[in-house]
Amino acid sequence: MAQALESDPDVDMILGMGTSEPSVPLERAEFVRADQTYSILSRIVRATQVDTIVHTFLVTDSTKAPPRTLHEINVIGTMNLLAAAGQPSSSVRQVVVKSSSLVYGAAATDPAWFREETSRTSPARTRVERSLLEVEGFVRDFAEDNPATVVSVIRFANVLGTDIVTPISSNLSRPLCPHVAGYDPLVQFVEEDDVVRCLEHVTRHRIPGLYNVAGSGKLPWSEVAALCGTRLLPLPPVSTRVAAAPLVRLGLIDFPPELEGLLRYGRGIDTTRITKTGFQCGYTTAGTVDNFIRATRLRRSLGKAPPSYTYEQDVEQFFRRSSAVVHSSDANN
Amino acid sequence: MREVARRVYDPLYRHWFRVDWEGLEKIPRSGGALLVANHAGAIPSDAPVIMHGIEAELGRPVYGLADYFFRQAPWMGTMWARVGGVPAHPDNALRILRDQGDLCLVFPEGTKGPSKTYTDRYRLRRFGRGGFVEIAMRAGVPVIPIAVVGAEESMPILFRLPSVARALGVPYVPVTANMLAFGPAGLLLYFPAKFKLRVLDPVTFDVPAGQERYSKSRVMDEAEKIRMNLQETLYEMLRARRSVWFG
Repeated sequence: MAQALESDPDVDMILGMGTSEPSVPLERAEFVRADQTYSILSRIVRATQVDTIVHTFLVTDSTKAPPRTLHEINVIGTMNLLAAAGQPSSSVRQVVVKSSSLVYGAAATDPAWFREETSRTSPARTRVERSLLEVEGFVRDFAEDNPATVVSVIRFANVLGTDIVTPISSNLSRPLCPHVAGYDPLVQFVEEDDVVRCLEHVTRHRIPGLYNVAGSGKLPWSEVAALCGTRLLPLPPVSTRVAAAPLVRLGLIDFPPELEGLLRYGRGIDTTRITKTGFQCGYTTAGTVDNFIRATRLRRSLGKAPPSYTYEQDVEQFFRRSSAVVHSSDANN
Repeated sequence: MREVARRVYDPLYRHWFRVDWEGLEKIPRSGGALLVANHAGAIPSDAPVIMHGIEAELGRPVYGLADYFFRQAPWMGTMWARVGGVPAHPDNALRILRDQGDLCLVFPEGTKGPSKTYTDRYRLRRFGRGGFVEIAMRAGVPVIPIAVVGAEESMPILFRLPSVARALGVPYVPVTANMLAFGPAGLLLYFPAKFKLRVLDPVTFDVPAGQERYSKSRVMDEAEKIRMNLQETLYEMLRARRSVWFG
């Protein structure tokens, strides 16, 4: 995301925040490493007079963090961030939040395509879904309290791509991938590059509102698995989670609770609204799967690619600040 | 899958049920329309007859709206979706009727229709909350009622087992005459009742399309009118019918 923004000459200054260091080279962006106490947030906002916050740190995958941490990051983190952005003297004029289509859930009573205003049809039971709903509630309140600020929330479908690791991607890259016997849901994906492009589009054009973003079309889960060359491992339609638990323990499959509904009923989100703002996903759902397969094949032949870049504070500081470094713009003069 | 299902079902349609249509020309060749029909038979035989019939005779696909129960049930839900079934959600119906301009079949009686016992045959149940009229208004398409005779006798219910249904979590568990006649095969085997279908005149509503809500009293009136018309037609067809098996 920061790399994408750097290429825009109108952007003066980019400040990245995270709990881990950036994994891609950044030319201009500054990076601050933050812990989970969040007290630093309001200081940073005040000190830097930042005008745009792009919040991409929401956890949408319950295997990534234990329940407590997940709550801490999603709910408490967002609350603090919005509190910092909503201070009386705040300079923040735009907030972009990356959410997920998980907020719609997946149930038998769902429509084939969710529009932004369609509400979910079943109560949220999984932790991720509940925390995301809570976060979106905060954002709605924030937008109401700060009418001058441009607030956008983007709900992305399940992401697949070259680098991102999700329960779905790891399932699909193993020889066996779980499916609930008797169900063949239609699933929808979005490419990771499209996620970045969309966030950039919304940020740059200052588009307020709530948007669904996904590759067009849906694919049956069995077909996705077949394309990826994995065999379907049927789980029983009753007490699915009990049956899956030992397999998850053995590391044969990934089966977080939010995947269970998806593997029964699937989910589709309607992207008419974001299309009207002039954004078009570069990949369809099928294209996304295809791209993912290519990346998996490459990884299978070459093994895990070594990180092309490691962040080193001292080196970065040297290149940016030292007078010994000749900047290209200086060289031109 | 749909192709295979059609090929398997076609002999049943032609030689077992010997389906006769009347007024098929009233179904438009293009553009959306909402088909409504009476619903009967323990495992309703009318939905496949109408869907296959219209596709075979007119060459237009028909999407059957069905209860969520179908989607929940493993295997059955997948099969149903593959042969053209759609979970009955207003958004789904609107997409088919307005955005795709296709035909959509709905049974306004819902599960109350097929779950009724043989003693109540051809007596229409309540038409729900009139949601089908509202969808047709919103989509700006006509409602075309279809009266079906024969489905009741193809798998008549003698009595129901409500406690078993509750335990299994299904809408109803019937004991059918087919089960008594054919044993276990009677679970799926229909009696060869003669099917007669009559398409009634399309009903159009002179209200602007695309509204979020419509007057509830108007909706209920229209629904009741369609129901009465369908019921009258059913009685008339039964008066003219000489034999259950030969029509």
